[in-house]
Amino acid sequence: MTDLYQSQRAMRQMRRQAMQRGVVAILDVGSSKIACLVLRFDGTGKLSEDGSIGALAGQSGFRVIGAATTRSRGVQFGEINAMQETERAIRTAVQAAQKMAEVRVDHVIACFSGANPRSYGLDSKLELEGQVVSENEVAQVLASCEVPEYGAGREVLHAQPVNFALDNRSGLGDPRGQMGQTLAVDMHMLTVDAIAVQNLVRCIQRCDLELAGIASSAYASGFSSLVEDEQELGAACIDMGGGSTSISVFMKKHMIYADAVRLGGDHITSDISMGLGVPLANAERIKTFCGGVHATGADDRDMIDIGGDTGDWEHDRRTVSRAELIGIMRPRVEEILEEVRARLDAAGFEYLPSQQIVLTGGSSQIMGLDGLASRILGQQVRLGRPLRVHGLPQSATGPGFASAVGLCLFAAHPQDEWWDFDMPASRHPAGTLGRAVRWFRDNW
Amino acid sequence: MQSLKGRFRRETGERADPAPSRLKYRLQRWMLTPGIRFGLRFGIPFCLIFAAGSAYLADEGRRDALRGLVNDARAAIEERPEFMVNVMAVDGAGTSVAQDIREVVPLDFPVSSFDLDLQQIRDVITGLDPVKSASVRIRPGGILQVDVEEREPALIWRSREGLALLDESGIHVAELGHRSLHPDLPLIAGEGADGEAAEALRLFAAARPLGARLRGLVRVGERRWDVVLDRKQRIMLPAENPVPALERVLAVSEVQDLLERDVAAVDMRLAGRPTIRMTENSVENWWRIRQLNGGGQ
Repeated sequence: MTDLYQSQRAMRQMRRQAMQRGVVAILDVGSSKIACLVLRFDGTGKLSEDGSIGALAGQSGFRVIGAATTRSRGVQFGEINAMQETERAIRTAVQAAQKMAEVRVDHVIACFSGANPRSYGLDSKLELEGQVVSENEVAQVLASCEVPEYGAGREVLHAQPVNFALDNRSGLGDPRGQMGQTLAVDMHMLTVDAIAVQNLVRCIQRCDLELAGIASSAYASGFSSLVEDEQELGAACIDMGGGSTSISVFMKKHMIYADAVRLGGDHITSDISMGLGVPLANAERIKTFCGGVHATGADDRDMIDIGGDTGDWEHDRRTVSRAELIGIMRPRVEEILEEVRARLDAAGFEYLPSQQIVLTGGSSQIMGLDGLASRILGQQVRLGRPLRVHGLPQSATGPGFASAVGLCLFAAHPQDEWWDFDMPASRHPAGTLGRAVRWFRDNW
Repeated sequence: MQSLKGRFRRETGERADPAPSRLKYRLQRWMLTPGIRFGLRFGIPFCLIFAAGSAYLADEGRRDALRGLVNDARAAIEERPEFMVNVMAVDGAGTSVAQDIREVVPLDFPVSSFDLDLQQIRDVITGLDPVKSASVRIRPGGILQVDVEEREPALIWRSREGLALLDESGIHVAELGHRSLHPDLPLIAGEGADGEAAEALRLFAAARPLGARLRGLVRVGERRWDVVLDRKQRIMLPAENPVPALERVLAVSEVQDLLERDVAAVDMRLAGRPTIRMTENSVENWWRIRQLNGGGQ
């Protein structure tokens, strides 16, 4: 556990350095695109000139000064499978964003969606020494959580205290200074495949950048596309990306569950490509411009030119009706949503007080998706777009940028993680001197 | 498996991957570094200009030509008639002093006003003995105007070197050939008398009742004054507070006609014990009168 503390703390330290320098890059490594935003932190957020409160209630304190997107290469299911290609794609995005920002960026905060995220709920209990909860005791109770066997080759990505309970009072956000006898904590831990993380770290290092933080894109997109009451009352954010669909469940402004389905928009595209016999690029274009999931009578008469460049006139002038296209896309979308339903059921989503579901991500722009989703996932479904942040170009405000924008918020206002608390003294592998000091401190 | 080399040159004519090469990426990041940007914007132009200037000036002939050019331009401006000074006018000085001033300020007119160091000229003129203060300026019309205030002689000092005129603060004004050139000025004598000219003047003011009997003051031992009267009479004054002592003698003299009698010296050096020394002649007379009157009692 010590090395986890140390590596995550090193990243936190790096993030602090980046904040001091005032410039940090956000990198969303997705299966279909890689987005890079350059943020400039200019102190605390200020109110606008006329004194009114802006979109983020004046609390953002940062500004996007560079944004670039490039087609992702070498990434499948949100995991890197061709390192050179991914590195080139990251270089492209970072270079373009730097060029727009006219500033050199050295620190990067990255997120990715794949690598089989798995959620664990941890809890622990501690009898307080005094009557008042001290910071050291909060750290102790966090450290005393029973860490489950999450398996070799896995790594902890997030470990956030979600809830504190003092005696029989639960739902405390900050127990410090409160009176009580027993302090209990619930924690949410997210583990991912270590190999995927290492690959990403290596890719970023090969681009001469320092990693200042790493997050799951499920967490980031939930952070940006759920509105405040949804985060408070309980909601699920479903980020339908290119290679994978990630699910995050929020409650009381904390992520309590995250998962990912290894299906996404690229599968729809490949279905179209296979079903109609067209290249992937054509299939993507047809999906984007004409796709849908609800067929109506008019769609039978709406003929789509699917094209081709074989030189055979007949072959290149093929058309399909939109109803046929919908017939290809709908089963795949249904499959994705049913898989999501299964994951949410497994997480016990139906027991939450509010069952709002927010669809975001690039694939959520399929026409009529909200109707289909409400049939499969439940009545409270809406399409979500990321929060507006300062300076974000219009082209980067779509749902496909939910995790990038969420990562901006994550960079500006990170939630407490396990490793933000000082490791309690008893956990230190202290030498003789340290033990002597501790004995003194305990006895006097 | 697709070939690993040249995979971006598609046969379909699709444009190659837009990814920058590693070198290009590094170069761009390098160019965005603030220090490098500053260096490129200011450092390199500065270095280039500096190098070009140095290369140009490395040659002796070009350096001389440049210097000559500058000097020519400078001379052309300095020698314009507006800046030339033609005449020196000395005001407030007597003929001899004016002559002296013209002697110590040797200027051959016309001269450019840029070449004149007025401060230095003023210092030279003020350095002359008879000059108390001087102001030097260049008047419009090319005139060097020298306004001089001369020292007023207040005392004559007789020393081993001869007679000298001193002003009221004891500063040497001029040599004096003959006493009768300034019969109105009081005379002082003795070593170090010039250092106490102010006190001497106060004593002369106090000794005014003596009128024509006063010959002068003698500084004795560089510490006190003797008032010398005619008939070789002396009033020896103390080193401290000589003026009240003198006034005391004069008051006694007025009532008792002290100085009219046959007295050689009035010694006031000890304030509590003023002493009179009579002349030898009068002492003998006094002894004789006593013998006649009382038989030596």
